[in-house]
Amino acid sequence: MADKIYRVNMTTLTTTVEDVPENLQGHGGRGLTSNIVAAEVEPTCHPLGSHNKLVIAPGLLSGTTAANSGRISCGAKSPLTGTIKESNAGGTAAAMLAKLGCKAIIIEGMPSTKDNWYNLVLNDKGITINEETELVGKGNFAIVETVASRLGEKFGVISIGQAGEMKMASANISIKDPDSHLRSCGRGGLGAVMGSKQIKFIALAPTDNKVAIADPEAFTAANRVFTKALVDNPISQALGQYGTNVLVNIINEAGGLPTRNFTSGQFDGHEEISGETMHDTIVEREGKPKHNCHKGCVIQCSQIYNDMNKKYKTSGFEYESIWAMGADCCVDNLDHIAEADSMMDDMGIDSIETSVAMGVAMEAEVLEFGDGAEFCRILKDEVLAGTGLGRIIGSGAGSVGRAYGVTRVPVVKNQAIPAYDPRAIKGIGITYATSTQGADHTMGYTIATNILGVGGTVDPLSKEGQVELSRNLQIATAAIDSTGMCLFIAFAALDDATCLPALVDMLNARFGIGLTADDVTALGISILKTEHEFNLAAGFTNKDDRLPEFFSEEPIAPHNVIWDFTDEELDTFWDF
Amino acid sequence: MKITIKLFAYFRDGRFKKRVSDFFDEGTSPGEVITSLGLDLEDVGVIMVNNRHAAADSCLTEGDVLAVFPRIGGG
Repeated sequence: MADKIYRVNMTTLTTTVEDVPENLQGHGGRGLTSNIVAAEVEPTCHPLGSHNKLVIAPGLLSGTTAANSGRISCGAKSPLTGTIKESNAGGTAAAMLAKLGCKAIIIEGMPSTKDNWYNLVLNDKGITINEETELVGKGNFAIVETVASRLGEKFGVISIGQAGEMKMASANISIKDPDSHLRSCGRGGLGAVMGSKQIKFIALAPTDNKVAIADPEAFTAANRVFTKALVDNPISQALGQYGTNVLVNIINEAGGLPTRNFTSGQFDGHEEISGETMHDTIVEREGKPKHNCHKGCVIQCSQIYNDMNKKYKTSGFEYESIWAMGADCCVDNLDHIAEADSMMDDMGIDSIETSVAMGVAMEAEVLEFGDGAEFCRILKDEVLAGTGLGRIIGSGAGSVGRAYGVTRVPVVKNQAIPAYDPRAIKGIGITYATSTQGADHTMGYTIATNILGVGGTVDPLSKEGQVELSRNLQIATAAIDSTGMCLFIAFAALDDATCLPALVDMLNARFGIGLTADDVTALGISILKTEHEFNLAAGFTNKDDRLPEFFSEEPIAPHNVIWDFTDEELDTFWDF
Repeated sequence: MKITIKLFAYFRDGRFKKRVSDFFDEGTSPGEVITSLGLDLEDVGVIMVNNRHAAADSCLTEGDVLAVFPRIGGG
């Protein structure tokens, strides 16, 4: 049976099942969410009003046996940035949606009264809207637990915590993982959009259905080559051992680890929060250094981090989150960071945005740099409780800067800059400035080539070649984000000639089509342009493709460099 | 010459995190230092000298800080 689009109207509380229009059939993941948002959402609408739509889509290869194909995309107009937004995560939902024959869920409208909350249940028979009372005001962990007891352990869950209910601009959407922990569509406040629709969770029923494969033999052969490329890649192997947090020490060594609200490029406490220390702590406390966030992941960059009593504390403990709570806020205690990470997962708020916001609050002397205990208290007593201060922090770094009159506010298009200083690693600055979605390292991860020596080398301190590097990576990323593939396949794809052709072969075998590598590039270009056009129609101009002025005025140690791209140089990004 | 050597990730296993050494002569290359530690240059992803990327066959001088990483990634 052909995949369907499930449309949920929260104004009329009705649902419809639609055939996938021909122009959307070749899309999945980000390409699909962005095309639907661009076609159906008025770019100037209020992101939390009835005219915005939340689109949820598995990738083109999700639900198949393809390795690392379990990413789910959520898209809408972002309440944080005002731009188009796609945020993706692992977990079990992408594969479950695909197996249920769901190309996308489109949630539109909003209930006429603020009092009622709802859940959605998708199964073989269709999608239903149900009133929800028990879980209103509850965190994501309680939702996962309650859905398991109410509907069954094997149900998938897409949910919002209290931050989403309060429509905080940093609220995320959580996805249940295979161990009933959480993964997050973290960036851009899409949890607030789900909250504005008054949907607390979406449950996905398990099914025995299989995703149709046009040419199973070719698919299996291509998947074998693809999986081998991933497994054999030394970077994949290091990701399994140390997680993404292996980056703390190398970014610190390169002088690009933003520290103390972006006033230095190195953190004295880097060793305490590093991937090496985290690995040793996990082993000592009988956690798991390796863990897969979705079935079929062969990289396993996630982990189980236990507390001092060897009890589960958090998982998916990522470099960018640890950097933000650690170096940026000068907290050198991994247990404080793990506690904060767990709380943010539960209340459903972006750990990058919220922690960078906390760094700006530290600069405003709301709390002191390095005070991890106070960081945790503010999360619990202010953000979770929805006090005035909590809502200011929960609305992001830009919000804190405006409320407290701070000028050193590291945001682009109001979204917090993550983990890599653009003065010392210039390629990523191009990505932050020009990304269609505000500052986001995953949009075009130049760190690979600027720092890690993957896909060639481009000197991080030179301006030479950075625009082209960022552009090429942003195009490739838009395409990868459409397949349901984890972005970490890129390390193998950039350095192993067998990897990308095998991915294209899998797409062709899945759908019985004849894409070439050039077609995949064209797909990436078309997605970027569609997103860019949405932003222009929403009122953004090239003047928004800029970094905050302090980057051009304050040199950062140890290299004592500033951001020195001209406006004209930045604007060449869109010359394609 | 006196140099500081820093190792990362699994290169530390059975070796060290950081060591100040006066064993090497002026002009020794990072590659020679790395090999002397029983590491295979094939496994090395990134070499930095004084916080800048450096080639395995470059020349070290007095006071340099050499950092050696295996092939790693994240993001």
